[in-house]
Amino acid sequence: MEQPIPPDPTDAPVPLGEEFRKGVWRQNPTFVQVLGMCPALAVSNSARNALAMGLATTFVLVASNVAVSSLRRFIPRQVRITTYVLIIASFVTIVDYLIQAISLDLHRALGAFISLIVVNCFILGRAEAFASTHGVVPSFFDGLGMGAGFCWALLSIGAVREILGSGTLFGVQLFHDGFQGATVMLLPSGGFFTMAGWVLLLNAVEQRRSRRAAAAPLAAEGAR
Amino acid sequence: MTGTAPSLPPPSAWQMYRSMVGVGLVCGLLVVTAFVGTAPIIRRNRAEALQRAVLQVLPGASSTRSFRLAEDGHLRPAGATATGDQLVHAAYDDRSRLIGVAVEAQGLGYQDVIRVLYGYAPARDAIVGLHVLDSRDTPGLGDRIETDPEFLRNFEHLDVALSDDGAELAHPIAPVKRGARTASWQVDTITGATISSTAVATMVSRSAAFWVPRIRRELAALEAPE
Repeated sequence: MEQPIPPDPTDAPVPLGEEFRKGVWRQNPTFVQVLGMCPALAVSNSARNALAMGLATTFVLVASNVAVSSLRRFIPRQVRITTYVLIIASFVTIVDYLIQAISLDLHRALGAFISLIVVNCFILGRAEAFASTHGVVPSFFDGLGMGAGFCWALLSIGAVREILGSGTLFGVQLFHDGFQGATVMLLPSGGFFTMAGWVLLLNAVEQRRSRRAAAAPLAAEGAR
Repeated sequence: MTGTAPSLPPPSAWQMYRSMVGVGLVCGLLVVTAFVGTAPIIRRNRAEALQRAVLQVLPGASSTRSFRLAEDGHLRPAGATATGDQLVHAAYDDRSRLIGVAVEAQGLGYQDVIRVLYGYAPARDAIVGLHVLDSRDTPGLGDRIETDPEFLRNFEHLDVALSDDGAELAHPIAPVKRGARTASWQVDTITGATISSTAVATMVSRSAAFWVPRIRRELAALEAPE
């Protein structure tokens, strides 16, 4: 006979705005958690490819988070990873067909990296660490926030690489005809350089903000 | 004081079967539904992309027809969405006169297989255009086979005249170092993308050696009205 499953203590209300924002900034999958580096560095040689990969990953992340959360009481822990991978792989296959239907050129540009979304560790990570222990609505916002964070991270890397490597942004020429782009920016090594630059900049911003936040109460006390 | 959550009893085999088979069934349904829903659009996209590529390698064409090489060595009409090997695409002007034949060739590049489509114009005994269908070679280096105007100019009039007996090319296409081209059947490669550009010249050479004599023999079938 099946045992009744006790109520999930993690079903308690969670601020949805916070679930969304944490993925965009505080726990950004690319710049903070440094996860999913394979597509982040390989596909982000142009803003268009970066945005497309970001959106495809967001779709898979949101859909798999919602599916895993909906089925969390139905899936025994012993077979959960197998089942999550099956769910994620199915959504990746669907997104692969959709991209081919939208644009064959885009599908060609993203190449094997669409299929490799299956093994993007932060998608399985969100399913295991969040969706499997939270309700459908928070899981949806968690996936959306992490996806948005991945999207803007890829887009910011892709935009810099395309501008410096090709002199274009979303294919629009930015410089004069004789502009000679830095080829290294279009190669994976250019991805590492750009990523390092962004992490450096964002860490500097975050540290400055922390220092200001720490100094504010002391300044208020001094004024009194 | 520390407390531990009560541990759940291990699931039964039925619960594990139920969850895995149930999820597999739903996932299978979703994937097949997506495939069935997108397959006609993807087929249409592929046919349109091929049509665009054929019109690009054979300027002046306004319509195309596909032909398949049958086992008896003759070219037979194939459907507009036909796929697979042994296909060529004849292109016609607005008076339905044959302009040329577009042929797909492929070979190993620097990182992966490169696929190209080239246009052969029988009236000029030459290849008159080339379009890269698929290449994963290095961005900024190997991918110059798609964009380098001087390299692409090689294929605007690349001599593929046949020998007197019509069985083979009079002069096999040969890749040479940039600037060393002295004959109209040679291809100037790209400095910095030597492997990719040599691979393109070699695959076109092999393909033309196979196809040009056969297309020549089958011109009557290609020129026949639909």
